[in-house]
Amino acid sequence: MYKLFTILFLFIDLLVFGQSQPAMVNIKGGIFLPLYSLDSQKTIVKPFLMDVYPVTNEDYKKFILQNPTWSKTKIKSIYADTNYLHQWNSDTSFNATIALSPVVNVSWFAAKKYCECQGKRLPSVAEWELAGRASETKADASKDLKFNQWVLNWVSKSSPKVLPHVGSTFKNFYGVWDLHGLVWEWTFDFNSALTTGESRGNSGLDNTFFCGGGSFASKDINNYASFMRFASRSSVKAKYGVPNLGFRCVKNK
Amino acid sequence: MNTKQIKLVAIVFILGLFMGSCKNNSSTSKSSNGVEEIKGEEVAVLTDAPNVPPPITRDYATKMIVNLEVIEKEMEMMDGVKYNFWTFGGSVPGKFIRVRQGDFVEFHLKNNPSSKLPHNIDLHAVSGQGGGAAATFTAPGHETQFSFTALNSGLYIYHCATAPVGMHIANGMYGLILVEPKEGLPKVDKEFYVCQGDFYTKGNYGESGLQQFNMDKALKEQPDYVVFNGKVGALTGDKALKAKVGETVRLFVGNGGPNLVSSFHVIGDIFDNVYPEGGTTLNHNVQTTLVPAGGSAITEFKCDVPATLILVDHSIFRTFNKGSLGMLKVEGNEMKSIYSGQQDDRIYQAEGGAQTMPDEPVVAAKPLTKEEKITQGKAVYASTCQACHQADGKGIDGAFPPLLNSDYFASNPSLVTKTIIHGLSGKITVNGKAFDGVMPKQTLSDAQIASVATFVLNSFGNKGGEVSPADVAKQRK
Repeated sequence: MYKLFTILFLFIDLLVFGQSQPAMVNIKGGIFLPLYSLDSQKTIVKPFLMDVYPVTNEDYKKFILQNPTWSKTKIKSIYADTNYLHQWNSDTSFNATIALSPVVNVSWFAAKKYCECQGKRLPSVAEWELAGRASETKADASKDLKFNQWVLNWVSKSSPKVLPHVGSTFKNFYGVWDLHGLVWEWTFDFNSALTTGESRGNSGLDNTFFCGGGSFASKDINNYASFMRFASRSSVKAKYGVPNLGFRCVKNK
Repeated sequence: MNTKQIKLVAIVFILGLFMGSCKNNSSTSKSSNGVEEIKGEEVAVLTDAPNVPPPITRDYATKMIVNLEVIEKEMEMMDGVKYNFWTFGGSVPGKFIRVRQGDFVEFHLKNNPSSKLPHNIDLHAVSGQGGGAAATFTAPGHETQFSFTALNSGLYIYHCATAPVGMHIANGMYGLILVEPKEGLPKVDKEFYVCQGDFYTKGNYGESGLQQFNMDKALKEQPDYVVFNGKVGALTGDKALKAKVGETVRLFVGNGGPNLVSSFHVIGDIFDNVYPEGGTTLNHNVQTTLVPAGGSAITEFKCDVPATLILVDHSIFRTFNKGSLGMLKVEGNEMKSIYSGQQDDRIYQAEGGAQTMPDEPVVAAKPLTKEEKITQGKAVYASTCQACHQADGKGIDGAFPPLLNSDYFASNPSLVTKTIIHGLSGKITVNGKAFDGVMPKQTLSDAQIASVATFVLNSFGNKGGEVSPADVAKQRK
């Protein structure tokens, strides 16, 4: 009997995770320096595995089916605002056209829980930025004007009414899709950089912080696309649902 | 009065104090810094440029509720040129907000769910941290709220102050808020909202299609577009402002920047009144008023005669090459005593003026002798040729060929005129030395070329000859 259970469990395990588990790829580690920081604030990033695609509505539905307390109607109000899964019609249904679009309007709490249930975690800002500086051909395209302009052009446009499917932008050097050009993504320590929404006075709060207009402490004063990402991260709170903010998970190697 | 009575009186007195303070906290306030009592509430009427909300006639302060929505959208910067604008209320400049000095403003900033970015607002009319920026940092699909008392009257810019601030402003995130003085502004017949801004695009002025923001040009402060009300032609043709003869006009002028200072001028009228920088000082009889980036001015004038008045940034290349041109069409009866229009058009010949006229008509009138040509040609040579070929005609080795004893045109003197007319580039050999440069074609009249060619052929040891303007005209073809 026990044996049978084990076999059955393994079978289910394979069925649920072995097949539907999205692929991950290796991101080689490196040194990450936030654009607002000094050399002494270098972060060493160890090699890690990252989801190839952002989490889709379809993926997220599976999570809800297994964890109904995180559904639209049952989630605790401290974990999400009323934007939570706004694009869904009910606790478990949504228009089929968005099944493969990235899930958005998900709070940080929910994203974190999702990753934990997969045996994964949310990436740190450093990890995300390290993977995100790769273009199609280069591991580090942070000085590539064309690449930066491409990202900036995406940032300049408002979001389309229906988000495109995952895998519709570009595959970067590591084999990761859609880090730029589809949605913003949650990070574990998203709110650790900017401390206020007043982007010019922050130097009074933290001398190493720079913002778009005023300080010269920045590593790369002209990398506007990065500023936008940091501004976006600092504009949200952990319970917020935002219509163009999704997530993906990572795992230690 | 016994002790019991005294106690009772004391208790009643203390209770009274508490109740009084409660009342003050709830609906009205009267603080030491002159804040007025607030009566009732209103939702502010917001308008798109060039319209202005109606004047405030209240003689008391109220709670003014302002609802402003941030919308990122593609619009035209010029016919055929598209741009991803970020707006306060769906157009550039943002909605005009009008409140009264002393009003308690409850401000709601909404960020449309389709927005890519968080935004906030810094209203220069606010006394407080960041002008409200920190209090209104708003993620897409969210709304924030803060309140302020409009302590100072004046015309103020508001703008987005989210990092990178420059880009948010460069994409159109600015507008005007008028805090009317308690006594109101003097009555005028027409009020308009005009706001200048500079824009930086990947393509140059006029290049069609969707144009991306160009950071490099923004940093260098070299805009492709300088416009009023967000678009080239926003205030021209059918969209020109309109007024009638005899009416008084007030322009609320803002400048969102992000970089340029405007020299605001209306061609064809004089500002009777200007409130420089949107403040309280009143100046009169002004032609051009400076409007700082992130600043404003209020100008007033009477439309005395029918005319199409032209609104410009009198840093004038911006007007004729980058778009800062608007129109105010004034219709009505002519007032010949003020402005006559053209009364005559007749021939004018200045006394002894032949020398001051361009030489072409004179040459045409009377052919020059060879000597006269050489004299005139020497002058042309000095101003046009000498910098390269040198006063002595020796040129400069390796750069500019010599005209002195030149074997290049010795056998074919017409090469001199041909080279002046058409220019010359590529390898040539002159007096045994190789040159590989470019001489641009010269923009001289036929007569000037005839003279300077004649001068060259008869100078620097060359063999002589004479060229007529007719020869030059023939060679041009």
